[in-house]
Amino acid sequence: MDFLRPPSWHEALALKAARPDAVPIQGGTDVMVEINFDVRRPSALLDLNPVTELAGWETVDGRLRIGAGLPYGRLIAELGDRAPGLAQAARTVGSPQIRNRGTVGGNLGAASPAGDCHPPLLAAGAEVEVESVAGGVRMIPIDAFYLGVKRNAVRDDELIRAVWLDPAPGPQHFSKIGTRNAMVIAVCSFAVALHPGERRVGTGIGSAAPTPLRAPEAEAFLADGLDGLDWSGPLPEGLAERFGELVGEAVSPIDDVRGTAGYRRHALAVMARRTLTWAWNDHLAATGMVS
Amino acid sequence: MKVTFTVNGSQESVDDVWEGESLLFTLRERMGLPGSKNACEQGECGSCTVYLDGSPVCACLVAAGQVQGREVRTVEGLADGGRLDPVQEAFLECGAVQCGFCTPGLIVQTHDLLARTPEPSDAEIREALAGNLCRCTGYEKILDAVRLAASRKADAR
Repeated sequence: MDFLRPPSWHEALALKAARPDAVPIQGGTDVMVEINFDVRRPSALLDLNPVTELAGWETVDGRLRIGAGLPYGRLIAELGDRAPGLAQAARTVGSPQIRNRGTVGGNLGAASPAGDCHPPLLAAGAEVEVESVAGGVRMIPIDAFYLGVKRNAVRDDELIRAVWLDPAPGPQHFSKIGTRNAMVIAVCSFAVALHPGERRVGTGIGSAAPTPLRAPEAEAFLADGLDGLDWSGPLPEGLAERFGELVGEAVSPIDDVRGTAGYRRHALAVMARRTLTWAWNDHLAATGMVS
Repeated sequence: MKVTFTVNGSQESVDDVWEGESLLFTLRERMGLPGSKNACEQGECGSCTVYLDGSPVCACLVAAGQVQGREVRTVEGLADGGRLDPVQEAFLECGAVQCGFCTPGLIVQTHDLLARTPEPSDAEIREALAGNLCRCTGYEKILDAVRLAASRKADAR
């Protein structure tokens, strides 16, 4: 095994071009588990820790650009206001020790259907910035990023540099089912984002299909219903209920050790209804109306 | 490969480190620092918690090569000469140690908690220690020890 230690982003890209077999390692919270348990023996590790610029974030033309190497702990401390859905999800990742190392870039790279970042990124309509020497920069819309179980749209010579999203234009909420409050892989998870300016709703679902996914029919149904309310006033119970049902219908879960398909559908319908209610109450509070 | 880094204040070089090796293995098996314990090797138990550049991390999930040029502090580096850290003293006094296997990780994690949050609430203690598993004591005495260490540190200020 080779251990490649590029001192800069450009050298990282050059090394990845020369060694497309190299596995990028940032926090190590996924990659090292696989190596420790002999599940994977990469021919080379490409350590991205020395590329310190990856561990930052900035605002560019009004959009948020979160470096692939920003640890969850810093995301929680620094971006809770601008990216509340993502920050809520980050708070549920592992333990403090894991949140000091794990990153959004690593979650995207691993592309596990159970990864906690995926639902809020889908709900927010994020874009993933990847780059290679040959192809330059590519911006991949988050809907097109997940290709299958632990497979993503990143090519062998590319590295994930950042994730882009708009600072939250409205309330965002995340919910996750697990057997306890810490250190759990999601049985299933759900994120909702309201975009009152565009009169649009975003959703994201984790651990209930081969890939994280949105629920487009539920989004369209809800946007229509909220339009009917002129985005004000109390949320009709039937609207939230039906939204939950449509979310439950959008998925194709499996029975596994963490839960049955039927349980996951049911739990998603409940989480969708609840998170929508929380988000709507936030929306009413923000617009000066009390729920 | 050769890895050079600072451990408990002293710069050390280790030869013949395997490229896929964890920092935990390097510390325990090559550097004679067995304080950090090896249990789950997947970041679930917290027994291997060490400081990396001032933040507590699971040493089993850090590749040894990633600490090149960086600073690691293990449980062995918490005592000041012959004098135990107040967190270590509190664990002893409260009987927060049974088999002792989880203790080093809990002590490093508690040390970090009290550095950042000198007077933690019970909820903050539980959240901070959520990634450190103990299979003997049932945690009550561990929580007692954290509270005692916090009050000792407050008295010392």
